[in-house]
Amino acid sequence: MNFEFDSEQNDLREAVRGLLDRAYGDAEQRRQVTKNDPGFDEKTWGQLAEMGVLGLPFPEEDGGMGAGPIEVAIVAEQIGRVLAPEPFVEAVVLAGGLVAAVGTAEQRAELLGPLSEGSSVLAFAHAEPGTRWSASAAGVTATQDGDSWTLTGVKEPVLNGARADVLVVSAVTDGGTALFVVDGEASGLSRTGYRTHDGGRAANVTFASTPARLLGEGTADRSADVERAFALARIAYANEAVGAMETALRTTSEYLTQRKQFGVTLNKFQALTFRAADMYVSLELARSTALWASMVADAGGDVVSAADRARLQTSRASRHIGKEAIQLHGGIGVTAEYKIGHYTSRLTAIDHVLGDGDFALDRLAATVGEHPTVDPLGAPYTG
Amino acid sequence: MRLQLSPELEAFREEMRTFFTTQVPQEIRDTVAARRHVSKDQYVEAQRALNAAGLAVPHWPVEWGGKDWTPLQRHIWREEMQLASVPEPLAFNTSMIGPVLAQFGNQEQKERYLAKTANLDIWWCQGFSEPDAGSDLASLRTTAVRDGDDWIVNGQKTWTTLGQHADWIFCLCRTDPTAEKKQRGISLLLFPMDTPGVTLRPIELLDGSFEVNEVFFEDVRVPAENLVGEENQGWTIAKFLLGNERVGIARVGTTKSYLALAKELARETTVGGRTLLDDPRMAGRIAEVENELLALELTALRVVANSADGRPHPASSVLKLRGSELQQAATELLVDIAGPLSLASYADGGSDVPDWARVTVPEYLNYRKVSIYGGSNEVQRTIIAGTILGL
Repeated sequence: MNFEFDSEQNDLREAVRGLLDRAYGDAEQRRQVTKNDPGFDEKTWGQLAEMGVLGLPFPEEDGGMGAGPIEVAIVAEQIGRVLAPEPFVEAVVLAGGLVAAVGTAEQRAELLGPLSEGSSVLAFAHAEPGTRWSASAAGVTATQDGDSWTLTGVKEPVLNGARADVLVVSAVTDGGTALFVVDGEASGLSRTGYRTHDGGRAANVTFASTPARLLGEGTADRSADVERAFALARIAYANEAVGAMETALRTTSEYLTQRKQFGVTLNKFQALTFRAADMYVSLELARSTALWASMVADAGGDVVSAADRARLQTSRASRHIGKEAIQLHGGIGVTAEYKIGHYTSRLTAIDHVLGDGDFALDRLAATVGEHPTVDPLGAPYTG
Repeated sequence: MRLQLSPELEAFREEMRTFFTTQVPQEIRDTVAARRHVSKDQYVEAQRALNAAGLAVPHWPVEWGGKDWTPLQRHIWREEMQLASVPEPLAFNTSMIGPVLAQFGNQEQKERYLAKTANLDIWWCQGFSEPDAGSDLASLRTTAVRDGDDWIVNGQKTWTTLGQHADWIFCLCRTDPTAEKKQRGISLLLFPMDTPGVTLRPIELLDGSFEVNEVFFEDVRVPAENLVGEENQGWTIAKFLLGNERVGIARVGTTKSYLALAKELARETTVGGRTLLDDPRMAGRIAEVENELLALELTALRVVANSADGRPHPASSVLKLRGSELQQAATELLVDIAGPLSLASYADGGSDVPDWARVTVPEYLNYRKVSIYGGSNEVQRTIIAGTILGL
């Protein structure tokens, strides 16, 4: 057991950190980028591709780098540290992850190569109004006509749905939930994009007899594949949240040592420093869980349960740290000019994309009687 | 980054598990598991069983009976001991005065005390806190005045845990009342509890137990050779000792065994046609504490895995703070599972209330102590804010 990064992993971290610091070291840079569509910087996206980051988790034969969940965690944490708006988790870990898990060799080469090179953005169109965080589709149906398929229905919110070059779409078939690939230019596809509260972009994506290709072979239910891809994305988000929480706490601590009231800096007030200390406790416990869940994924253990555990811990920590960071800043924390509130906004977004803390807790509670104790270094987590 | 234990450590864990579950008398482990009062004889018997196998003081220097273990091995040792409901070796001996003597004592003191300390032939108690010196320990007022070859000790200690069983006390005394800083005029003395002038008064706790005591000193004559380290070096020694006190204080293994018990008992309780464990609110509470405990255990593992150079990991202060909160959360869960049965604290024969339910509230009340001792949680927050966050 070992919680240390190896030297290659440290190099990756430093390289990504350097690139993202140059792009977003000043919070104003991020504000400018997120003002305009597509909500992230195409140039930075390209640089991430050149660095190999966009192909990180995919096998080399599919055009990727053949790295694993630890490397993904490293990148996600750096994304979170500066709130880089590039959709690494959304496009690479989740949408790309589904293609890697389900797609045929031909589809993997066709879709993951361009994704890794930065020439094609993928989005997973799955969420539907009226349901939440389910691994199955309900509102979009797939109809087969000979060898071809068409989709009809609505997906929303689809993160980066308007910008995406290719959509991976979940839809209902006779066999359950199947996955499809829809080209951004397909007929019968209408996409209405808008800003999300955290500076990102989402879209209403409406399918009207839209031509689609089945992802993978056969129409057996893919809910378990979606569940697993969600788990890996939840773990990546946990690490992204840890990066964001760390900056939020550091920024808050710095502010407390600079801002003066009643003739002294705020760190003279124990009512404030104790709250910062509690934020540190939340951060470190969340960090341990996020790192552990990444190691479970790396070891081939029960990734769904580990992801729920990381989700629960980082959800609670995100809300605690996000709210306290604003409160300890005072009024300036609620302004758009100052960066701290954007961290709270992003942490709130992460908390709701793939299930919040209560969602994870419900799932963990349902199985709490099945084990006397949890052994993080034993079954079912060590694979 | 690697999740699995190495095969060697996996074998080590198995070896510890086997030892603790087979070589410590079942009746003692049952007492701990049932959260009943552990007697002095039981403490002594358990520690001697461990010591005979070289497992009472693995963190001591090898020449005094320690093992050359890594921090991770020590962590596993402690976890397995707690999971097996083995009473831990007496902290005053093994975590406090033993390491102090090994570090600061002279050769004669080491030879005189260490082996007996490891084997619990001497039961030590801690003379630190005073009525007006709690978290602010350096304000202590018990004095030791030199008189020929002796020190004459006068004053009072309090919260002296298990002092009623103790043979000896290690006692912080003010030896230089004129020192510029109050921390600089303190020394550590050792003396037997039956020395003339020592009086012990037990303090009854909320749960009816007698764990702590007041100890009064009236012209207690202590030979000069019983000074540990240098005169007026006591504060340095105290800080060293308190640093060790926080090792293992997260008590993850203990809280784990409490949660396992909570599940078992919730399953045996029926409410509204289903077991309490099937009640979503109760299952959610248990699952949430269990997840926080996982996060704590992982943090403890990060700390031990990264503290090989001897310096404590910054996150270690989290362990005491959250570890105590989770111990308290677990005892609270047990009270809530017992429900009305928890009122029968002092039921004796003739009651149908099971033992486990009777002890829940006394234990819950008793466990308020864990966020107070070992550096109160407010002291921990001060440390985190000051030394980690730079506030």
